[in-house]
Amino acid sequence: MTLEAEAGRGRPGQTLPRSYLGAGHSVRSWLLTTDHKRIALLYLGTITVFFLIGGSAATLMRLELVTPPGELVSADTYNRLFTLHGVIMVWFFLVPAVPATLGNFVLPLAIGARDVAFPRLNLLSWYLTIAGGVLVLASLLLGGVDTGWTFYTPYSSLYSNSYVTLAAMGVFVNGFGSIATGINFLVTIHTQRTRGLTWMRLPLFVWSLYAVSIVMVLATPALAVALLMVVVERLFDLGLFDPARGGDPILFQHIFWFYSHPAVYIMILPGFGVISEVLTCFARRRIFGYEAMVFAMLAIAIFGFFVWGHHMFVSGQSYYANLIFSFLSFAIAVPSAIKVFNWSGTLYGGHITFEASMLYALGFIGLFTLGGLTGLFVASVPIDVHVTDTYFIVAHFHYIMVGGMVTAFFAGLHFWWPKITGRLYSESFARLAALLMFVGFNFTFFPQFILGWMGMPRRYWSYPDDFQVLNVASSLGAVILAAAYLLPPVYLGLSLWRGKPAGDNPWDATGLEWTTSSPPPRENFAVLPVVDTEPYAYHADRVEPHRRGDASHRAVSQSSDPGDDA
Amino acid sequence: MTRGLHEPFATLPRQREAATFGIWIFLATEMIFFGGLFLGYAVYRHEYPAGFAAAGARTDIVIGTANTMLLLTSSATMAAAVWSGRAGLRGNTLLALVLTALLGTGFLVLKAVEYRNDIDEGLVPGSPAFPLSEPGAELFFGYYWAMTGLHTVHLVIGVGALGLTAWRLWRGRLAWRGTGFLHVLGLYWHFVDVIWIFLFPLLYLMGR
Repeated sequence: MTLEAEAGRGRPGQTLPRSYLGAGHSVRSWLLTTDHKRIALLYLGTITVFFLIGGSAATLMRLELVTPPGELVSADTYNRLFTLHGVIMVWFFLVPAVPATLGNFVLPLAIGARDVAFPRLNLLSWYLTIAGGVLVLASLLLGGVDTGWTFYTPYSSLYSNSYVTLAAMGVFVNGFGSIATGINFLVTIHTQRTRGLTWMRLPLFVWSLYAVSIVMVLATPALAVALLMVVVERLFDLGLFDPARGGDPILFQHIFWFYSHPAVYIMILPGFGVISEVLTCFARRRIFGYEAMVFAMLAIAIFGFFVWGHHMFVSGQSYYANLIFSFLSFAIAVPSAIKVFNWSGTLYGGHITFEASMLYALGFIGLFTLGGLTGLFVASVPIDVHVTDTYFIVAHFHYIMVGGMVTAFFAGLHFWWPKITGRLYSESFARLAALLMFVGFNFTFFPQFILGWMGMPRRYWSYPDDFQVLNVASSLGAVILAAAYLLPPVYLGLSLWRGKPAGDNPWDATGLEWTTSSPPPRENFAVLPVVDTEPYAYHADRVEPHRRGDASHRAVSQSSDPGDDA
Repeated sequence: MTRGLHEPFATLPRQREAATFGIWIFLATEMIFFGGLFLGYAVYRHEYPAGFAAAGARTDIVIGTANTMLLLTSSATMAAAVWSGRAGLRGNTLLALVLTALLGTGFLVLKAVEYRNDIDEGLVPGSPAFPLSEPGAELFFGYYWAMTGLHTVHLVIGVGALGLTAWRLWRGRLAWRGTGFLHVLGLYWHFVDVIWIFLFPLLYLMGR
């Protein structure tokens, strides 16, 4: 049976809308599509390719670090490898991973809309990402960049002989793609919500996209101008950060981190949203403290703009600035902690089942908490001075970025895969991959905390013999992690071919995206739904949660979808 | 179906509202984009007041003032275009758009002349003929080129968009009645103008 044959099956008396996948088969119908669902799939393909490239660079680095002396690659190659890994993973995987891929697919469905507000702009975002990616890949093929993903001046602007201009232009162009996505989502959430979907009825995933869009539109231009200044300094010798002419290289760091710290929240906020959807569904529970969750996300989005100085504790900025940035960095842990507490509260008393998405989500909570708590270590100035530029920092941000965001991406991908493709994947393979990923991840990155604490600096291709045991452990973990990442493409790919039809709502989840067919028709809904209930109505107020499938106990069924739960 | 109404909107007013909201957010991002340069300028001006004053006195006040007048006038004609569009006056809209584009082009021509004079005088950072020795003077001109350059790029995009709009309106290919198109274009144009209003005192009135 082909995908579109069974998709869009209607109820008696309804015409059968065709699935978005069946709306055209030519290359042109994909490359010129304005359908948010197809653009999401274009993004999915793109970020998968970039993830493989960035992951290969990481694999090479871990191989190099198995032995203390630099044997596999030269120091210069190693510099180019970690730069490539950082640039690709940050801007071409993590930033678009959840918003532009899952967000693009789910957002209009979740708010009962036919599409995002500006469908053509949405397509343009993808082309900008591709154009930026091509520039970065071109710099890679020509010989790479050796500045690190942070492009610190004056090395990047005055000294580096690598392809900094090309790579910086790539990130610059890609940044406009991300700005366009942010604008699109903000306007969509403001103008496209269906009838009855008030602000406090929005699913938390939508709120997380709202918060992340605010950060995207307000932070990304700062990155753009910082990189533009580096590029014009290289091309036209304007000397904007040149110390020989009285310029200040630290100024670049200020502008760069004014973007790049909020960018951390660009990379984690959408994960918060995904996890809230998955946890409630597989615990059959209402979210604990809905409004606190909403305001915590908005608080993170706003506070995130006032902590950038904690990246510069050792750059020689004033003592008082350090104190204030340290205090604010501690303060931003409060809303993050609210979220973790509320997720735990959501699980309490729920009927928890351990589907693959749920395993990822539970893993996320643990890994994000570890990453967040070590964030408090480095928010404190004396400890940060000790561990700056060591593997402790590397481990810390990988716990947030990989343990947090990549895990959340996989949680969301598994959660919405049946909606995206109309097929169910092999649950046992998926659980295996989730467990492997958790084990492999900790195996890889926990030793790096210890290495950093012992004083091993980051970004070196060789190290003293004392550090070898932990480095070998980390590299072994990376092998497990790599295997775990290669599994999902296999069984998800197989599900397209052999997977059982998913039905409209395989997880018996709330949320408007589950009221339409899987895969959804081009126009998303035959009739636009009307919402008359709060989100996550898995059980009536003050009533115990019930096992999945026991739909008769649902608080209120979605009014557009009478009795489709069985 | 109403002309100019796009998916996923059901009504033109809603679509107008969304377009206006979108362009305002975009302009906010543009403000931060330019903000990085303004920040750099502010930091260095604070650090090298004498160098900035000496360098600011070397910019071409005559061309700068003329250009300010051109741009301010163009904002008036742009506003006229938006309002005639709202009133449904096709001819007036077309005329005002063309006038705005011409004024913008005039700015670009004068700016090109000015750039040429600057280069002849060696007012380029790193140039062996750079005439000023005060510390910070080169930084001033670094920012002068970066800021006016970025502004000029925005203006070129604006003039291009105006030309295209005027041409499509003339050929009857533009759905302008009731859509937010002219309003959005107008807001962008005014934004480019506003940036110049800040650049003019910072770069031309400085040190005089």
